[in-house]
Amino acid sequence: MPQPRLLPVGSPLQLLLLGCSFALAAYAGLRLFTEDWFGVALWFVGAALLHDLVLLPLYATLDRALVRGAGRHRDRVAYVRVPAALSLLLLLVWFPLISGRVAGRYASATGLPPDGFLTRWLLLTAALFGGSAVLFVLRLRRATKERPPTAH
Amino acid sequence: MVRGPALGVARAYRRGMARPDSPARSRPLPRTPFSPAFWRSPLRGPWLTSVLGLVLLGGITVLFLTGLLSYAAYNPDLSTVNDKTPDKGLLGFYLFSWPTDPHWLYRLTQGVHVTLGITLIPVLLAKLWSVVPKLFTLPLARSLAHALERVSLLLLVGGALFEFVTGVLNVQLDYVFPGSFYPLHFYGAWVFFAAFVAHAALKTPAAVRNVRQLRAEHGELVSPSPAAPTVSRRGALGLVGGGSLLLLVTTAGQSFDPLRRTALLAPHGGAEPATGPGGFQINKTAAYAGIHADETSEEAWRLVVVGRAGTVRLSRPELLQLPLHSSSLPIACVEGWSTSDQGWRGVRLRDLAALVGYDDPPDVLVESLQRHGAFRRAALRANQVADPRSLLALYVNGEELTPDHGHPARVVVPAAPGVLNTKWVARMTFGEL
Repeated sequence: MPQPRLLPVGSPLQLLLLGCSFALAAYAGLRLFTEDWFGVALWFVGAALLHDLVLLPLYATLDRALVRGAGRHRDRVAYVRVPAALSLLLLLVWFPLISGRVAGRYASATGLPPDGFLTRWLLLTAALFGGSAVLFVLRLRRATKERPPTAH
Repeated sequence: MVRGPALGVARAYRRGMARPDSPARSRPLPRTPFSPAFWRSPLRGPWLTSVLGLVLLGGITVLFLTGLLSYAAYNPDLSTVNDKTPDKGLLGFYLFSWPTDPHWLYRLTQGVHVTLGITLIPVLLAKLWSVVPKLFTLPLARSLAHALERVSLLLLVGGALFEFVTGVLNVQLDYVFPGSFYPLHFYGAWVFFAAFVAHAALKTPAAVRNVRQLRAEHGELVSPSPAAPTVSRRGALGLVGGGSLLLLVTTAGQSFDPLRRTALLAPHGGAEPATGPGGFQINKTAAYAGIHADETSEEAWRLVVVGRAGTVRLSRPELLQLPLHSSSLPIACVEGWSTSDQGWRGVRLRDLAALVGYDDPPDVLVESLQRHGAFRRAALRANQVADPRSLLALYVNGEELTPDHGHPARVVVPAAPGVLNTKWVARMTFGEL
């Protein structure tokens, strides 16, 4: 009868290190999971899955579509990619405030107006795309000037 | 910057299978994420991952240490009312009496914690992007050590995202996470840090080598069939750095009154809530805390001071008869924002302690009129009570406290987190807690 193939053990140093790490993680994890263990586990694992299987494929696909859409002007992709990425980054980080989903609590707790975030994000986005457009036009003009004149 | 999985893949896969002998195909088409050829970005490679990894090694170490300091700043071992994590066990091994000097200490450590955390978000996202093919590497385990390392990576990635997400949500008052912020963020940090230390120990030597190395790249992160580049590695790093810079300049201003308007999207950026001496930033308004004007009026409100000499009840005019002192202190919140120094005027905490029989100031339990809220009761340690700048403030910037800043009386203590500067104080119990 053939022997079942056993998994090799691997580096003993690595095993020791990971053993220590798991012991500490378990010590803290037991305390983390006391309140609502299912909810916490869902958030812990869900955050990783949501990032790796939803957020990342989503922005990668958007970027791929952008590159495809640029056709032979691939060198111009950056003029859209950079402002779009920066704007979406701001939206991702400040989504609760920009979307207004915490507007009521925010206004009553801090005494600050809750409705300026969307406006400011839109203005920042406009500035990012506008700045990129200005840069694009300037570079295009410089490139046109530097090109040798065509004969009439 | 990004070339990753695409929805068109399945279509391309079917097309490829229908014409297996197609002469146009010099190499196999990308199939599933489990095939290395699926990942086509020419940017991925040990150099980019190592640079991002080393930035995070430094950044996350600072985040962890400032986080531990913030935990210590609450003096959780002083009294159960300060302790949101009573079962911390050995994780509180390093706790110490939080000092009152320099008076901007918590403003600095917590400002760095939150602002740096927000600034590192693009670096974290880029790092996760750069290593995502490894998530799909087959075989699932080459050895026992490798299998355990992959489990550890779940704690690392899940832990990092858990910490960043709970932190970012908490500063925006979006309490959707499953439980109270303090235990989640504190114990979550330890779970994450356990995996982080192992990962750093295993990877840092190679990362340092990779960054120094100038030769052509090889290794499992390098795509076997890279797409034509649309940006250089340095360009991609520039975008990540630009994202960090943008977050930094639109956030950092919420820690400085003169720069507050530059914090365009931060929760305590923009204009001050009001004008005038009491117009500076508010953590929780009187209305939010459920404070009614009839219980803070001069007729109704009495400060109850309890100590070994008995109980003293003082109206606001009686308090004003005591020696008044001034001190210049900021409000610094766990949410990372702070105000510049404000001019407070009121009765020294140690004078109140002396009033009830303590010439050598002891600890004190401060209770607010607030009916709910995690810190409606807070304990201060003897060193905080003894500091001559610690006041039961009655005035700020030359005028009476406003209701939102704690009228009729509030505590201000140098270097203490904002929530320990109890507002609408009703009762102070001096003595061993």
